[in-house]
Amino acid sequence: MTDHTNTTSGHRGLIFEEPLIFELDSMGSTAVDLDEPEHDIDRLGGLRRRGPVGLPGLSEPEVVRHYTRLSQKNYSIDTGFYPLGSCTMKHNPRLNEKMARLPGLGDIHPFQPESTVQGAYHLMDTLASWLKKMTGLPAVALSPAAGAHGELCGLMAIRAAHQAAGNDDRMVVLVPESAHGTNPATATICGYSVESIPGNGNGRVDVDALTARLGPDIAAVMITNPNTCGLFENEAKVIADAVHAAGAYFYMDGANFNAIVGRVTLSALGVDAMHINLHKTFSTPHGGGGPGAGPTVLSDALAPFAPVPFLVHDGNGLRMAEHAGDKDAPQSFGRMKGYHGQFGVFVRALSYMMSLGIDGLREASGDAVLNANYLRVRLSEELTPSYDGICMHEALFDDRFLKDTGVSTLDFAKSMIDEGFHPPTMYFPLVVHGALLMEPTETESKATLDQYCETVLALARKAKRGDTAEEFLSAPYLTPRRRLDETQAARKPVLRWKPEPLNHAAR
Amino acid sequence: MRYHPLTDADRGAMLAAIGVESVDALFAELPAGEPTFDLPNQQSEINVERALNAFAKENLSCADAPSFLGAGNYRHHTPASLDHLIQRGEFLTAYTPYQPEISQGTLQTIFEFQSQVALMMDMEVANASMYDGATACAEAAAMACRITRRSRVMMSGSVHPHYRDVTQTQLKHLGLGIACLSPDPIGIEDLIGRVDDSLACVVVQNPGFFGHLSDLTPLSKACHAVGVLLVVCVTEPVSLGLVIPPGAMGADIVVGEGQSLAGPASFGGPGVGLFATQEKFIRQMPGRLCGETVDADDRRGFVLTLSTREQHIRREKATSNICTNSGLIALAFTIHMTLLGEAGFTRLAEVNHANAVTLANKLDAIKGVKVIPQTFFNEFSITLPQRAAAVAETLAQKGVLGGVPVSRFYPRYEELENILLVTATELTTEGDMNLLVESLTELLS
Amino acid sequence: MTDIRYTKEHEWVRQDGDSATVGITDYAQSQLGDIVFVEVPDEGKALAKGAEAAVVESVKAASEVYAPVSGTVMQGNAVLGDAPNTVNSDPSGDGWFFKMTLTDASELDGLMDQAAYDAYLKDCDA
Repeated sequence: MTDHTNTTSGHRGLIFEEPLIFELDSMGSTAVDLDEPEHDIDRLGGLRRRGPVGLPGLSEPEVVRHYTRLSQKNYSIDTGFYPLGSCTMKHNPRLNEKMARLPGLGDIHPFQPESTVQGAYHLMDTLASWLKKMTGLPAVALSPAAGAHGELCGLMAIRAAHQAAGNDDRMVVLVPESAHGTNPATATICGYSVESIPGNGNGRVDVDALTARLGPDIAAVMITNPNTCGLFENEAKVIADAVHAAGAYFYMDGANFNAIVGRVTLSALGVDAMHINLHKTFSTPHGGGGPGAGPTVLSDALAPFAPVPFLVHDGNGLRMAEHAGDKDAPQSFGRMKGYHGQFGVFVRALSYMMSLGIDGLREASGDAVLNANYLRVRLSEELTPSYDGICMHEALFDDRFLKDTGVSTLDFAKSMIDEGFHPPTMYFPLVVHGALLMEPTETESKATLDQYCETVLALARKAKRGDTAEEFLSAPYLTPRRRLDETQAARKPVLRWKPEPLNHAAR
Repeated sequence: MRYHPLTDADRGAMLAAIGVESVDALFAELPAGEPTFDLPNQQSEINVERALNAFAKENLSCADAPSFLGAGNYRHHTPASLDHLIQRGEFLTAYTPYQPEISQGTLQTIFEFQSQVALMMDMEVANASMYDGATACAEAAAMACRITRRSRVMMSGSVHPHYRDVTQTQLKHLGLGIACLSPDPIGIEDLIGRVDDSLACVVVQNPGFFGHLSDLTPLSKACHAVGVLLVVCVTEPVSLGLVIPPGAMGADIVVGEGQSLAGPASFGGPGVGLFATQEKFIRQMPGRLCGETVDADDRRGFVLTLSTREQHIRREKATSNICTNSGLIALAFTIHMTLLGEAGFTRLAEVNHANAVTLANKLDAIKGVKVIPQTFFNEFSITLPQRAAAVAETLAQKGVLGGVPVSRFYPRYEELENILLVTATELTTEGDMNLLVESLTELLS
Repeated sequence: MTDIRYTKEHEWVRQDGDSATVGITDYAQSQLGDIVFVEVPDEGKALAKGAEAAVVESVKAASEVYAPVSGTVMQGNAVLGDAPNTVNSDPSGDGWFFKMTLTDASELDGLMDQAAYDAYLKDCDA
């Protein structure tokens, strides 16, 4: 058969080869025409740039085509099923985008006089009210920029509370071995040392091991709930009570909040602090890696130490407390983000919350958990689930079903790409071997899930046939690029384009 | 609910397959006694639009009033194609590019972003972005301490007060000492005289918070002579189209805020933190990095690389806890820079500077008003004969967003009470300037 | 034949009079996969037994190499800076990490010999 993929142009139908912008340079071109400056009097004090920056010049159609072609090399939630565990890839409603672009919300400056931005303050206050009511906690710090930043907010508040109480010798944070890497990394930035708590064999924290380690040196316990195995920590309240009895605080990592929204309050779980990923649970787009927002709800014990800025109600409306140590914020631990937080993300998240309402949010967590359990049950026909029984919003499988097939978790995942599906999270959590963590979210229809299940089951049967390892090993075949050489990338890092002469000089 | 595709029939069939009675039965492990929430139920798209429009209408948009606001956040023209391109679903609704075979679009744009940032700053490498300029600044100070194995940081009075505050907060538990010099409106602080070999780094900003442009070369030489790193903050990257970049003046780490080139202010967030340094320091860098490599068919491709610095692998030993960054805003920055190109970027900077010079001359001519810095790019500080906060408030009532009072940041410094930061950009018209001058003259007379 | 001793962290140490050479075992390199970066200690660095001495990284993993015994670093293997893959191709030869003086040669007696390490590896794979 003729190899029709070998074309003269390098393009393959709708899959285009696209150079770097630097290779498309038409010297002097620009897609932005501005009037000439009114004059050339300069007050640069002799600091005028002496040579060119080295940027390429392209016309507008070239730029539009370049980025359109690049976009087509991406998988996205708009394109297809994205069951990436721990990431809550749900539909991103375009109403949110439209609202964020209203001139009265998008085109406002953080340092306008406060009398001119009362609408922005009211919006933030409304969002804060939703977050507090949904969690049952009395305070929320809106400014953290993402989940890890929210963790930092919570731990900084905890450290400030301990310091205010004179507990300077509590310097250890306990983290389950199944935790996201951000937990120990965050605790380290707070000056704490980190100790790992083992699991109990059923995918949950070993409560006895945890309580045995509690003592006068423990500052806080950080637990993800539902946890990274997709299971609810059903002894969360027992843990919280023990943690409090030992004089420590209970931080809950809210990365998986989508599973329990509208069904439980954090106060009922004994939580002192939890970040909420607006870019997961509340549908704001991931944008290929960000931006996010990680508002952090706080208990009464931690609320006085919340970071600035935060809103204060007074007779004339709302104003922003912006300075730690001032009368509005006497015990605040400080500022952790420029300006007033991720306002554009707040608009999108509030648009989503208002659209769903509490009944819709409860339906969302219900459908997310239903979808995950449906995957768990159907895929168990060929795959090996790591834990028995009902899961929450994620179904966790390990690689026992691939034993002796010569196919690894990675190979299996790459084969799913050729079938048109984004692979699940691989090799995380670390507590099971060769993990495949699937989070379908409430966005998917039964028809999509059925097609996915039939595909994955067929792949599993193919792998188990025994003579197909080579085929798996080289997948994917149908993508703009095949497997990339990550070893070469790391051994000899090339992190930017360089003009040719520099490359020659380097050689 | 319009966002949820499952029908009741679907749910019934799925529950039967799972073998449970109801959706609620899946939540049996949650504490008994489901709470009630004092929150409204779902609403139509029309109603949500009305509700959010009501918030929007309570604000005075910069689209409806001449704006001279800056202080680290700048309003520039956004080309129409920029917003169109970043709303393509394949960019907007993709996750972090963990599967490179189906993420080459995001990865190549990150590679282009890293290349552009490095070129603009005149540095060797840049990362894939941080949350914003302030958090990037904190990360740079921490990185300098790791590299030099020293624990003292000196921050100039020229650095944006939010950058100073965030750095102090983020480093407070790491056993590091941070000396923040007093705010420096007239640009007379002696940094070189304070440099010694106990310092990990000196952090400065150029153009400074009060507008001054500085030649940092003597400072970088003084720093390097005693093993101190120079960290330079850039809050207005448009300045790099006209001003000597930090790298050419000897910076070791350059951080910045990319918002001004990435779209509207959005009340200050999300922005995009820029982070650039020299190649020898890359293993101490925070954040994601994209690198070039080849695929199984030997074609060029891109991957996230040097991940062993990061939290998901190194955990408590990571260079930072950052995971999610500012991907989409970095993309907007990149697309804008590509649309501008060398010629457009230079022209944009020239127009900004020319308008600022014109505005400075007009304001200087008002009785009682004095432009403070001799040199500046598109923003400068002025002294007024009365409290700047009150002046800004009165101007706003007249429909002019006339500037940012420095007292907003430094309420405890009486000597800064009368200082206003004023910015002109390519969007500032002669008419805007005249309106500000007339309003101010009237107000002060 | 030179006496080689092993640690539970899969480092080997080969005594040569009052000094020793340290590296990681073939098992360790195979577990890590393609090694992309090695950081060896500077000459003159004093190392206590068990202290972090070097770093070795693959694409998806990073691992510390600990001083198997106490002493002072005489030399780090400069070859590994440009060719970290040498650790994959020749872990017990050209892929050595550093040479050090021995503060107390008797510390070596506390480490595993070849037979003990072979038995230990069987446990690791079990």
